[in-house]
Amino acid sequence: MSLPAATVLHPQTGPAASMRRIRAMVRRHWFLIRSSGPRTAELIFWPLVSMLMWGFLQSHLAQTTSLAAKAAGLFVGGVLLWDILVRSQLGFSVAFLEEIWSRNLGHLMMSPLRPAELIGSLMLVSLMKLTVAMVPVAILAYVFFGFNLLGLGLAFAAFFANLVFMSWALGLVSTGAVLRWGMGAESIAWLIVFLLLPVSCVYYPVSTLPGWLQPVALALPSTYVFEGLRGLVLEQTFHGDYMLRALLLNLVYVSGAFVLFRALLESARRNGALVQMGE
Amino acid sequence: MLQTGTRIDGTAAAPPVDVRELRKTYGDVVAVDGVSFTLAAGSVTALLGGNGAGKTTTISMLMGLVVPTSGEARVFGVDMSRNRHEVLHRLNFESPYVEIPMRLTVRQNLEVFGQLYGVVNVAERVRRTAEELRIADLLDRLYGKLSAGQKTRVSLAKSLLNAPELLLLDEPTASLDPDTADWVRSVIENYCRSRSATIVLASHNMAEVERLADRVIMLERGRILADETPTGLIRRFGRATLEEVFLDIARRRVPQAVEALGTARR
Repeated sequence: MSLPAATVLHPQTGPAASMRRIRAMVRRHWFLIRSSGPRTAELIFWPLVSMLMWGFLQSHLAQTTSLAAKAAGLFVGGVLLWDILVRSQLGFSVAFLEEIWSRNLGHLMMSPLRPAELIGSLMLVSLMKLTVAMVPVAILAYVFFGFNLLGLGLAFAAFFANLVFMSWALGLVSTGAVLRWGMGAESIAWLIVFLLLPVSCVYYPVSTLPGWLQPVALALPSTYVFEGLRGLVLEQTFHGDYMLRALLLNLVYVSGAFVLFRALLESARRNGALVQMGE
Repeated sequence: MLQTGTRIDGTAAAPPVDVRELRKTYGDVVAVDGVSFTLAAGSVTALLGGNGAGKTTTISMLMGLVVPTSGEARVFGVDMSRNRHEVLHRLNFESPYVEIPMRLTVRQNLEVFGQLYGVVNVAERVRRTAEELRIADLLDRLYGKLSAGQKTRVSLAKSLLNAPELLLLDEPTASLDPDTADWVRSVIENYCRSRSATIVLASHNMAEVERLADRVIMLERGRILADETPTGLIRRFGRATLEEVFLDIARRRVPQAVEALGTARR
């Protein structure tokens, strides 16, 4: 046997090196998705069930109440946008959990992959999973209920971007917690977004909430997205100022979550949590 | 392109591993208690000790996965608690206790790791490494479907993809049959010789240590109990094998062991 005495490596620093490592991680998750039909079906299952349930409920209400008839698309649009937030956050967090479940985290942490690159790859993987989950569901929403998500045009792009940014902030917090406190914190990854469901005002306006809870709702980028959707569907008005506020909040939350993730990672290195998780 | 081994970062004179007064505590528990050692390029050093002796914590600090409470672990001159990403492409590790993703094929796994380490022409490198480690016929099988021995060979292939100058091996032959274990030891020996690589080996198999290591650092309660060649250690304890020495120390059976325990040096 004659293993080569040396091998040639690409440069290890700079944007090209970072992109190569991020690409490697995205490929790893693409291989995983591609390898399993049930895994792909699982991505689509819940968004499809939610969309159908809310769509049929809306169809029923539209026949009996004038408001529901006027607000055609509000429920289906709401559930589709909500699922963008949920699927994107879960896509991010579960991609990270996969490394722990497969006991691969030690290999990754020992590799030249930088924390920022790991985060970048999780963001791309979340978009990849979101696409796999939501494209078929959005098509079926059009087929069943005549709701065209892409028909929202520029507004959809603004809604989508804000929800995805928010999902990344939540993903960073939950994965940071798992890094620091181990699998005992896994439930945070599954539940964190649902904690925000009542105060995101997906299906009702912020004014429905008690006064003391409204500031909490208004501190969430998702609330502005759903208010924006209602404005579009009920008043045919696009509230650009809502989207700007959501974007500014997202800037604060994503930056804060990134700093928190780095701090929790360093804390995990100090208390030995990385080694315990990797073995 | 960067040829591994080419020094472009001014660390030419730095030893592969330089540990100074390394200490790690978790609350009241002292895992590593001020150990110091330097490893020469091309050496094979075994870290030995019973469970809880501090081997894993020491290796984890060498990899930068654990930050020392005090002291320094330098690899190729780089402080691993602060700047480990400067040198991680020059090392690699293998452990049967850290898995590779189960639902990917062997080829997919190796290509992903090759890309992470920046290996040029990854597909060709994977093919060659697979041939040399006799896993070519496994490349398109799922890693999770392999036997323990096959997994170890794949894991070893992963650890050699970037032709590391420093290789950390944690019980590389655990759960292997004697024939495969012997073959894996040959691979490690040949690699070390051909690459002049430095190897840090943690093992509970004393025959393996005698065969592979030219230096033994024995740890007990986070301190260095002995640091010499395997033959030197056997001679000092008046035993026939390293296994007997290990048992003497673990059971504090002979005066040398008691003395060593009493004067364990940092």
